[in-house]
Amino acid sequence: MEFIQYFPEVFTFSNLTILILGTMGGLLLGATPGLSPTMAVALLIPFTFHMQPAPALILLGAVYTATVAGGAVSAILVSIPGAPANIATMLDGFPMARGGKAMQALHYCFISSFIGGMLGVLLLVFFTPVLSNVALKFGPSELFWVAILGVTVIGSLGSGSVLKGLFAGAVGLWLSTIGYDPILGEERFVVTDHLAGGITIIPALIGLFAIPQVLGMLEVTEHQQAKMLALESQSIWQSIKYNFSRIKALTIGSIIGMVVGIIPGAGGQVAGIVAYDQTKKFSKEKDSFGKGNPDGVITAESANNAMVGPSLVPLLTLSIPGSPTAAVLLGGLLINGLFPGPDLFTIHAQVTWTFIDSLIVAQVVMLIFGLTISRYCRFVTRIPQYYMAAAVTVLAVFGTYSVQNSMSDVFVMMTIGTLMYLASKIGFSPAPVVLGLILGPIAESNLIEGKLIAQSGDGFVAYFMSGGINLTLIALCLLSIGYSLVTELIRVKKSRENTI
Amino acid sequence: MKTLSYLRKYFSCLILSLLGLGLLPYALADDYPDRPIAVTVAYSPGGATDFQARLVTMMAAQEDYLTQPIVIVNKPGAGGQVGWNWFAEKADADGYQLAAYNVPHFIAQSIVFDTKYSIDNLEPIANWGADPAVLIVNADSEYNSAEELVEFAKNNPGKVTVSGAGQFTGHHIALLQLAQATGAEFQYIPTKGGVKAMQRVLGGNVTAGFNNLSDSFRSKDKLKILAIADLERNTEFLPDVPTFKELGIEVDNSSVNFRGIMAKKDTPPEVIDKLAAGTVKMFEDGKVAKKMNEGGSPMHIMSRDEVVTMWQERQAYLTELLKDLKKE
Repeated sequence: MEFIQYFPEVFTFSNLTILILGTMGGLLLGATPGLSPTMAVALLIPFTFHMQPAPALILLGAVYTATVAGGAVSAILVSIPGAPANIATMLDGFPMARGGKAMQALHYCFISSFIGGMLGVLLLVFFTPVLSNVALKFGPSELFWVAILGVTVIGSLGSGSVLKGLFAGAVGLWLSTIGYDPILGEERFVVTDHLAGGITIIPALIGLFAIPQVLGMLEVTEHQQAKMLALESQSIWQSIKYNFSRIKALTIGSIIGMVVGIIPGAGGQVAGIVAYDQTKKFSKEKDSFGKGNPDGVITAESANNAMVGPSLVPLLTLSIPGSPTAAVLLGGLLINGLFPGPDLFTIHAQVTWTFIDSLIVAQVVMLIFGLTISRYCRFVTRIPQYYMAAAVTVLAVFGTYSVQNSMSDVFVMMTIGTLMYLASKIGFSPAPVVLGLILGPIAESNLIEGKLIAQSGDGFVAYFMSGGINLTLIALCLLSIGYSLVTELIRVKKSRENTI
Repeated sequence: MKTLSYLRKYFSCLILSLLGLGLLPYALADDYPDRPIAVTVAYSPGGATDFQARLVTMMAAQEDYLTQPIVIVNKPGAGGQVGWNWFAEKADADGYQLAAYNVPHFIAQSIVFDTKYSIDNLEPIANWGADPAVLIVNADSEYNSAEELVEFAKNNPGKVTVSGAGQFTGHHIALLQLAQATGAEFQYIPTKGGVKAMQRVLGGNVTAGFNNLSDSFRSKDKLKILAIADLERNTEFLPDVPTFKELGIEVDNSSVNFRGIMAKKDTPPEVIDKLAAGTVKMFEDGKVAKKMNEGGSPMHIMSRDEVVTMWQERQAYLTELLKDLKKE
């Protein structure tokens, strides 16, 4: 219960001001396409240069927490995930907004973020000593199987046929191999210089989601716009009650988020999508997913925020970051003289606990601020679609360019986006492509590393297919594939019976 | 009619987006520097090079230094090749686009791979840091000294796995030197970045590792640090760790990771001189030193002339060491 005694530190005037500004700023940054949580924290590190350790870390922690939730706002309102972590949120959040339920979607998003985030931080507070070594159990072979497990859920993402999902996922995996080999540095598929840097995640994300969306907006009829304008309002209290009644989606999301957070290198994008897939599989109304089922938003948002706390466990104890953003946060710790390890909880206990407490307070601030801005979503939905299209295009170009000041990224974004628009006309959805793009490098680099280690050890099969974690993960992969096969067969059979 | 209104919408949106592109900063002037300077870092945000580059350039805007702020732009990929290729080929030689270098990485890569950069088309400005590679094993490892590990590797060729941050980085060079000096055969496991390489050692996935002195020092409770690939011991952080030379193994300081700032070859000499003077003063700032020290990042400031010599020495040595590895 050591953490309680440091709460007053968070509530000093200056620290609380920093925390509130950081959370509000983080929500806005997170809602901007292209500014991922990782980028936002990296940009802020120089600002903390002139600050004391405690306020500096409070600022970074608050921004980390809030950007993850903020990315959901643009995912829901304009169908562009602010960050990779919000892809799963968009799958049902945007259809909800289209159906006039934008406000509800935002409410559920912030409430679930809050619940997931709180659980995650509590896990960090109480179980850090127990969990600190879990990260080390994940070597190349284990991480390879984690990535493969992610690949197995690709097919069932989005509504539509499993086959199309798998094909789109394969395209994503192939796109991820363009550029230099992550380990050995060989060039692959570099047909023009613009591809030398490979297809990085932010340009692809913006291209795949924003460009088809922009072109789609120009096709929106007056009738559809009218439907979005007929915004149903709902009181916050009703939202909270409904949110808690979806206990299954919340639980699945939070648990998966926490587990993924502890595994080093996986991060929020994987957490949200895996949770979404599981909730869909356990649901009785599978067909309603992807068409505006609130459970989709609830589970995705609780998962990607539940990931934040646990991703700090290996960071604070072993200096191994659990997510890409936590990796940047490590730099923030170091310049303040805080070296991860046991010292953090003894010599530097005051700063460390103040930081962890501020994560809890940031969750509360985020909830209040988020629920407050939800009611203004009507201003966004009221903007005529063709103005919106222009605004989104500007944001998309600007967001892509600013990641590494590169026009090549803008060309890549535009090309992928145009192709995706055409593909969407024949029933392909962008989510599996992005997932392939994210998981490809994780699977590949760990496979190559594992292969090199296996060569000098007991050989490939022995290395990749022994050990409790490996076997468990393989079993989960098989289960996941088997489940998809069975449901697909049942679906096909049913649709045949119906036609007869 | 419907198509027409569709087209109109489409063009209004296109024009607005082009306006957005036009706003991207672009200006030229006589008095250098009159606008912010970009420094390309060829590694991802949060890595050691990125983190140190951000720290040492923090004070750039001060009157005595460069009078303009420095902006860090990350272009990661292929152990630095993507960023440096971009810099050598596309960046302007006007002093407003600089890059951070890592020696021996970029020199070794320019020898082995077909890169667009080499010491011939780049111009050093100043060096801020030096991080020697150290040989580490997990605290639970059966090996207690570098000799024991080498002995085992000699008797079991290729059975000893050693992790390090990517291909032809300082860590890789150190292992190549160790193999050449002892005749033992090791299996190098390149990972994406030093943090990952350290994780492999801590998790017991590899037999040993070469890693940065600073990072190994921070994790010293969970490691055994066997030897340091430098000419002298590090009295400040690791006074008890011997150099390879003390152990009778001919591994010198060629793998020490030097970090600094460089420009393109054709940059005007006045601009280079101005930069060379300003950056050294900026690196010497007390506040920079304090933050770097707190972060456990060893500073090693070298002037432009010293770096020119250091680059040439490394080029000569690495060409010899890597002559069998060159890819066509």
